[in-house]
This record gives sequence, structure tokens and C-alpha cells, in this order.
Amino acid sequence: MTAPTATSDSAGRAERRNFVPALRAEWTKFRTVRGWLISLVVAAALCVVFTFVVANGNHTGSCTGSGTTCQSGHPFVPTGPDGKAVADSYQYFGHALTDDGNLTVRITSLTGLISTARPGAAPSISASRPGLAEWSKAGILLTPTTKQGSSYAAVAATAGHGSRFQSDYTHDQAGVPATITSTSGRWLRLTRAGDTITGYRSTDGITWHKLGTSQLAGLPRTVDVGLFVTSPVTYQEAGGEVPTQATATFDHLTLNGNPQTDGWQSRTIGAHDYYPKLGAGSARRSGAGVVLSGSGDIAPAVNLAALGGNTLSSTLPFGILVALIVLVVVATMIVTTEYRRGLIRTTLTATPRRGSVLVAKAVVIGVVALVVGALAAALAIPLAIHTLGSGGNYIFPASAITWVRVIAGTGAVAALTAVGALGIGTILRSGAASVTASIVVFALPTFLGPGILGSGGSDGSGGAMSWLYRFTPAAGLSALGVLPRSSVVDFPFTLANGYYPLSPGAGLAVLAAYSAAAIGFASYLLRRRDA
Amino acid sequence: MTTGRTAVAPASGATWPATIRAEWTKLRTLPSTGWLLAGTAALSIAVSAAIVGTTHQSAGGGGQDPTNLALTGIDLGQAVIAVLGVLTMSEEYGTGMIRMTLTATPHRATVLVAKGLNLAGLTALAGSAAVAGSLIVGRLMLPDSSLDPAHAGALVSIAHAATLRAAVGSVIYLALIALLALGIATAIRDTAVAIGAVLAILYLPPLLAQLVSGHLHQHIQQIAPMTAGLAIRVTTDPSAQPIAPWAGLGVLAAWATGALVAGGFLLIFRDA
Repeated sequence: MTAPTATSDSAGRAERRNFVPALRAEWTKFRTVRGWLISLVVAAALCVVFTFVVANGNHTGSCTGSGTTCQSGHPFVPTGPDGKAVADSYQYFGHALTDDGNLTVRITSLTGLISTARPGAAPSISASRPGLAEWSKAGILLTPTTKQGSSYAAVAATAGHGSRFQSDYTHDQAGVPATITSTSGRWLRLTRAGDTITGYRSTDGITWHKLGTSQLAGLPRTVDVGLFVTSPVTYQEAGGEVPTQATATFDHLTLNGNPQTDGWQSRTIGAHDYYPKLGAGSARRSGAGVVLSGSGDIAPAVNLAALGGNTLSSTLPFGILVALIVLVVVATMIVTTEYRRGLIRTTLTATPRRGSVLVAKAVVIGVVALVVGALAAALAIPLAIHTLGSGGNYIFPASAITWVRVIAGTGAVAALTAVGALGIGTILRSGAASVTASIVVFALPTFLGPGILGSGGSDGSGGAMSWLYRFTPAAGLSALGVLPRSSVVDFPFTLANGYYPLSPGAGLAVLAAYSAAAIGFASYLLRRRDA
Repeated sequence: MTTGRTAVAPASGATWPATIRAEWTKLRTLPSTGWLLAGTAALSIAVSAAIVGTTHQSAGGGGQDPTNLALTGIDLGQAVIAVLGVLTMSEEYGTGMIRMTLTATPHRATVLVAKGLNLAGLTALAGSAAVAGSLIVGRLMLPDSSLDPAHAGALVSIAHAATLRAAVGSVIYLALIALLALGIATAIRDTAVAIGAVLAILYLPPLLAQLVSGHLHQHIQQIAPMTAGLAIRVTTDPSAQPIAPWAGLGVLAAWATGALVAGGFLLIFRDA
């Protein structure tokens, strides 16, 4: 006698006992159709080949003169302390300082120029108008060395974001929003005590407010501390990046501590790197004060459009899409051919629990697509990196974990798309309708993005594209995003610039919702309908 | 001798008119045909209306081509036409009907040509409806001032020579897409695979072109069936396009011809 309490448990066990043979049956049906296995190999191969074609079709180079002498390669991009790409270009005026100490200064003016040169023309001071970029910065900076990409801490007055304390490119602490006028100058102070750097601001040079503090581990005894001015590109006008220059006037320059004897030195940092700049940096003394002009930015390098080349994140999706079409065809066929040949009646006789049949099919095609997608990405990514690199393109440095995430994400996109296509195949039962519907639902939104709407290139289509990557299955491609965002850079984080509107997880969740809806409705219909 | 193929025209029973009528009956009596043709027109007009309705002239932005914009729905409508083109042939293989067809008309090329004529005729009808509807939508919904400063004040109008070319050309475009799909389906025979292949050939090259730079970018747009064929839709500054309007349609015609010849070749020399 079986105890009544055990009924649900044994029912669950019975279901499992039914499911395993169903799974094995579906796997056997799948692996014994030679055309489908060939299709899987073709899918992975197409992904690799088309990723290569796209990567090979991208070249970055600089042409001089009439364009006859072209040099392949991208300009230098500095790498920050954590291995990420950074912008690190500014005008510096500073002093070597040994051990603890502090530097105090008053900024009496911050003015700027914005380039009015046509896109493509070399920016020059002569083609500019007065104006300031929001993130133009002037202040005090402390760094072990002014080599590009080195660790630093800085306190700065900005044109549009008040006083800030920033360090190591990504850390940012805000002060009170305020603007600098000639009548109300702003006082700044940066203090070193061991490895601890603290920034202060003041309106009168008497009452000081702490802005922020930062630990720069492993700071040497002697560091560089000094004034800096820099001014990033703006995106105010349609049509890309506009370089700017900022000029700040400093006075009441006071260095306390143990300064080295070699005096104040002026340096233009990063004059020849990738970052678009307006004019050459300069520093001059004016009476008791110092006037610095600088262009560039000290921030994470997000404006990779400046490099003119496609990054890997825009190279891979095309190959994946081609593979997805093949996978979609196979995934719909594993159910539509059963209806066409009448095998479905045998299948449902052998496994009367129809839900189990669909789940078993979903597991088989999902796992197969996951493996094929991940394998294709694992092959395509190193090939694309190599090919893009030999085409002179800059490849955004990404950690091994990021690549593993992209490879797994590609597998997940393939698996979810295949399961969704299986659902559509079960709903519609006819091969023609299912393949068309699956391609329209799961692949067409991604084509529409850059393929059709993007060709207009207007601002309006940018909105539509962002919508596609938020609410349609194309959102799944967010799993391929590798570019970092930053709040300290005024940059349009748009699809055109390589940024997906959703995070990888959220994007996959959107795709998964479509697949779940398809497979859920399919399961309902399969149980309700005669086969 | 097992094959009844001879060089002379089919004299025994299936004459040209008879074959065309047979194919017409088969195509006409499938319920999917009517739905797909209506779907082509409806989808094209709906997408055109959506695109036209959501496009706004941005200040200082470049002028848009109002006719091209109003006909954007063709981008999706062609997918439905492609499905119709595939089904015209592949369903015969799916159901085994092809053996009866080839028994009735042993001259196999005649079957393919008859299917092509019927398909092209029906597609041209649906295409005319889609194009006319899209242009009317464009005329009603685009602002009076027009999106293109060069044509200030001009509504989308068929009286405009370039617009007439775009309208007629778009109908021909859809017919050629149907024939391309028919040719590919004749070669592949399986419905699902053929639809996947046709949609991939149509939609992947434009995407690929967006992702590569330089000469390759232009070459892809010149030789891909969709990008080359749709050059016919451009009414403003055709010289800025990678390929001239009629030359582009010629490229698509070459694709369709190539697919039909390859499909016909396989049809003749392969067992059904």
C-alpha cells in the first residue's frame, strides 16, 4: 500500500520517469537527421566567416595631404591603472613634491573656445567660437608621474558640474554647483598625507569644505603636484564630436611641504594621442598668476568614435545573426516536419504527456543552440580581434571575464531564439509560416536596426532603433555589449556609438520573455488541439 | 529511355496555354495565396504609414526623400511576397503534387515559366496596391512643406517623373523578388530552408554593408538584390546613390534570372 501522502511525490517521480525517455527520444530524432547536424556546422561556420568578413572590411588609418599617403593604424590610446582605456590629456603646470604637503590656488576665470570647423576638417583656434564644454575642468592634480594613464587624484572646478574631486579616471565626488566669475573666484586645495589625498574647496580662502578623499596605493615619496586645465569634446551639434579648449586664470598659488628645487614646470600631456583636441596647450605667467590653456579629457575613454573604427561589439552581431537564421530554420523544422510527415501522432502516442514532448524538444534544441552559439562566438572573437588588429583598428581592452560573458551571452541568445522558434513552429505547424514568423519576430528587428532604419541616419530613426533594442527580441544582443559607460563624460551612449540601451541581463530577459511566451502558448495549444 | 524530354514544345496534351491555366488554377485556389497578396499590400502600407508618421524634419538636418520614405513599407512587404514565391514551388514538393504536375507537363521548363508568369502577374497586382496605398499615405501624412527643402512645397505626387519611376519600379521590384524566391525554392525544394535562404539573401547584405567601410561597403550595395533593386525608389539626387535606379533594378533582374535558370536547370536534370 502506498501511503496517500506520497502520491504527489510519486507522481513527480513518474513524470521524471516519463521525461527522461522523452528527452532521449527527441535527442535521437534530432541527431539522426543528417541535414540538421550539417546545418549546425554550417551555422557556426557562417558565424565565423561573416564575422571575419565584417572584421576584414574595417580598416583604420590616417591619410595625410591629398590622401595619397595613408598609414594604417590607430592613434595611441592610454590605458589606466585598472587596464581600461582612458583619456588622459591636459595642460599641466606643476612641481615635484616630496612627502606630505598641500597646494592651494584660486581660480579667477574659466573661459573656452568651441571648434566651428566642418566635420572632417582639422580643428584650429582660428575656426572657433567662445563657449565652454560642460566638463571643462581646471584645478589641482596630484600624480606619481605625468605619464599617460597613471594613477591620480584631482580637485577641479568644472564649467557645468560645480566643484569635483576625482581620482583614477572613474571615481567622482561632487561638490556644490557653482560658476566662476571674475568677481567671485573659487579656491581649491589638494592635500597629501601618506597615501591619502584630500580635496577641498572654498569661496573665500578662509572657510574650507572637504570635497572628497581617495587612497592612491603605492604612492612614491616624490610626486608631481600642480595645476591643470583640460576641455573635452562636446556633442552639442548634430554630427559628432566637437573639440574644445579651456583657458583658466589662477592666482594665490601656494605650495606647502617639501618641494623639490627644480621649480615649476609646464607640460602638455597627451598632445598626440587619439583624443580630438583644439589648439596646442600653453602655460604662461601673468603677473602673480598663471594662465593655462588646455584641451582633452581626464576620464574613461568612451568616445571611441574618435578612433573611426568599429569595435568588436559591432563586428560580432552580424555573424551571429546569420547563424541565428540557420538555427531558427532547424528549430522550427524539428516540429513542423513531424506534422508534415505525421510523426507527431507517433510521438504523442509514445509520450501522451504533451507538455513533456515540448519541453524535451526545447531542452534538446536549446542546449544544441547554446553549444553552437557559444562555440561560434569562441571561434569568431579571437579571429575578429586578430583581423581587426591587422586592419589597424583599435580594440577596446576587455578582461577575460568580459569575453567569457560575451561568449556565454551569444550562446544564450542562440538558445533562447531557437526555443522561441520551436514555440512558433508548434503554434503554426506549417514550415513556411513558422520560418517566416520566427525570422520576422526574432531576427528581423535586428536587421531593421542598422540595416534599414540606420540608413536614414537621422535623429528620428535613432529613437526607433533604441526602441527596437529595448522592446523586441533584438534586445538580446545587449549581451554582446562590452563598452563601459561613465557619468563623468558628456557622451551620447547611443546604439550608433556602440552602446546597447539595456544591460546584458535585462536584454536577455526581454528575449527570454518572448521565447517563454511562444513556448507557453505552444504548450497550451499542443495540449488543447488535436494533432 | 526513361525521360520524356525532347527538344520540341510539349505537343502531347499540355500546351503552353494549358500549362499556364493549370498553374493559375493551382495558385488561385490555394487559400494562402490570397492572404499573402493581401498581406503584402496591408503590411507595406502599414509600415509606410508608421515610418512616415514617426519621421520629423529635424532642424538643420539633411532633406529626406519623401517618395522613398513613403515607400519604406516595401522593405517588409517584400518578405511576404518572397514567401508566396517560395510556396508556389516548394508546396508542390511538400505534398508530392510535383510528380503529378510533371507527369501532366513533361516539359519541365514550361512548368517553371508558367509558374513564373502567374506569380509575377499576381505580385504586380498586389504590388500596385501596396505602392499606390503607400504613396497616398505619404501624400496625406507628410507635412505640406515636404521633408526635402529642394522640393519645397511639393507633395508626393505621381506627376513628378522621378516619383512615377519609383512607383512603377517598386512594382517591378516586387515582381522580381517573387521570381527570385521562385527560382531559389525550385533549387532548394524545402519550404523552410528556402524561406530562410531568401530572407537571408534579401536582408543580410544591407546589414553587412552597414558594418564594413570603404569600397566593400559600396560594392555590397551595388550587387546585393535588395539594396541595388531599391535604388529605383530614390527620387532625390540619384547620383549620390551607389547605383543608378534602372541599373539597380537590372542587378535584381539578373539575380532573379540567375535563380530561375539555376532552379530550372536543377528541375530539368534532377529526379522530382
